[in-house]
Amino acid sequence: MMAAVQSAPAATKRRAGRAELSDRSRSERRLGLLLSAPAVIVMLLVTAYPLLNALYLSLFRYRITAPDDKKFVGLSNYWTALSDPLFWQNVFTTFIITFATVAVELVIGFGLAMVMHRALFARRTVRTAILLPYGIVTVISAFAWRYAFDLQSGFVNSWFGLGDYAWFSGRWSSLFVIVLSEIWKTTPFVSLLLLAGLAQVPNDLGEAATVDGATAWQRLRRVTIPNMKAAILVAVLFRTLDAWRIFDNVYIMTSGQQKTQTLSFLTYQQTITRTAIGLGDAVGVLLFLSVVLIAVVFIRGFRVDLSQVRGDR
Amino acid sequence: MESARSKWLWIVASLLILVWTVFPILWIVMLSFKQPGEIGNQKGFLPHHWTWDNYRTVFKTDLFTSALINSIGISVIATFVGVVFATLVAYAIARLEFPGKKLILSFALAIAMFPVVSLVGPLFNLWRDIGLYDTWLGLIIPYISFALPLAIWTLSAFFREIPWEMEQAAQVDGATAWQAFRKVIVPLAAPGVFTAAILTFFFCWNDFVFGISLTSSDNARPVPAALAFFTGASQFEQPTTAICAAAVVVTVPVVVIVLAFQRRIVAGLTSGAVKG
Repeated sequence: MMAAVQSAPAATKRRAGRAELSDRSRSERRLGLLLSAPAVIVMLLVTAYPLLNALYLSLFRYRITAPDDKKFVGLSNYWTALSDPLFWQNVFTTFIITFATVAVELVIGFGLAMVMHRALFARRTVRTAILLPYGIVTVISAFAWRYAFDLQSGFVNSWFGLGDYAWFSGRWSSLFVIVLSEIWKTTPFVSLLLLAGLAQVPNDLGEAATVDGATAWQRLRRVTIPNMKAAILVAVLFRTLDAWRIFDNVYIMTSGQQKTQTLSFLTYQQTITRTAIGLGDAVGVLLFLSVVLIAVVFIRGFRVDLSQVRGDR
Repeated sequence: MESARSKWLWIVASLLILVWTVFPILWIVMLSFKQPGEIGNQKGFLPHHWTWDNYRTVFKTDLFTSALINSIGISVIATFVGVVFATLVAYAIARLEFPGKKLILSFALAIAMFPVVSLVGPLFNLWRDIGLYDTWLGLIIPYISFALPLAIWTLSAFFREIPWEMEQAAQVDGATAWQAFRKVIVPLAAPGVFTAAILTFFFCWNDFVFGISLTSSDNARPVPAALAFFTGASQFEQPTTAICAAAVVVTVPVVVIVLAFQRRIVAGLTSGAVKG
């Protein structure tokens, strides 16, 4: 993904004439397909078949606990999900988490990128520190923040004089901690993408603006940000899709209590915990469609240049 | 050029970043040295009585030790196989002219955006039918396929930077495309491959969704999933401190890798976009 942002020197394009394939180019084609085969097969095996299977099973009333009771019900699972207020509550929760994390991460990530870009002091140390959250297991980040705010073990309440304010007994306070952990864990990724974008902003542009009397804020808004738009959009796209799938933090912090269930959590709960395969797969398919929708909106609407992301220029 | 004041500003900003990133990790470490009984009685950041007990507890608990072995084994195998596959594809994409190149890259991108949980239900069924449920292989396969996109991009970006004339020179000298790949390119590509391996390993080490969905016992359950089920030394004790000790144990390798290979990871995540 991260190929991102930089137009790496395009590999020399050799256009093989379609009409006359020499022996060499034919063997090149064969080798290319051969080398790609294992990866493509594994990726297909784990995604295509299960997805089709989910589509198929979502049309049945089917529970693992009662396999003989499997019955074709058409789209009724989808109707059940879409007409349930709980489903929409989960959509809303997912949206809130996504919006909050992506917005805050962009701001903090930009700050981190600026520091990494400009700092002369302990540059290496800062970069290493920023990578730490990226490497930490999400579940462990979730435990760290949960225990920090927890009434039994936490220090947050005593540090900030909050007495015995129970963070995890309210919806918004729970979501706050979930979002905090998500932000801590994933901002490094955003900041690295933005750093790559910053490195592309021509220095002399900023200097010229300074000479012309632009303030730091004007330079940022008129020179820096427009020049790294591609990097920002790529970061937003990837983080949005990532946050939309949030699962680990919710599972560890609240197990979906206090109306903090997200779409991923609902899917997991229906398929694995309740073994209501048909309904769960319907929710899973809806989750998949929502991801496709977000991706299409970004790629078509905001024209995120994915050829940069794919690195196939 | 920079004034003294703004220099200080950058220093303060750097220090703030250090605190923000290290603090939660430090907190987990502190908790892991607290006595289980302190939880709920003594509040505060630092332990009142430092103790190694939690570490002894987790290493005496089968749930954790087998999970640790599972995590290491599964992640290492998945990383190895995934990186081999990714290297082959990335080489083909960077070097060879063949139909379906763009399709493969787009497909990899789509996989990276895929909501993993949508697949967990069907995989759960499928794995139970074909006997992969609760086995190492049952986790290795999904890990490979979801780590592949990142590895493929990283490697394609690295491979574009390699001086390919050397490969051509080898071919002029009579080597086949395959020999040129193995003897000339592989050694040159090793740093990129290594970076892809780090990123893939982090991905596998981090997984939770597959870990809790596709396992049911010590057989294959990796650490993040095991932590969610951990009850501590006894049912009557808070598992908090023991969970933290376990968390510290699985965080150590991550910290070591980050400290040792910081530059490579940054380069990998931005795929050569950041030189420095």
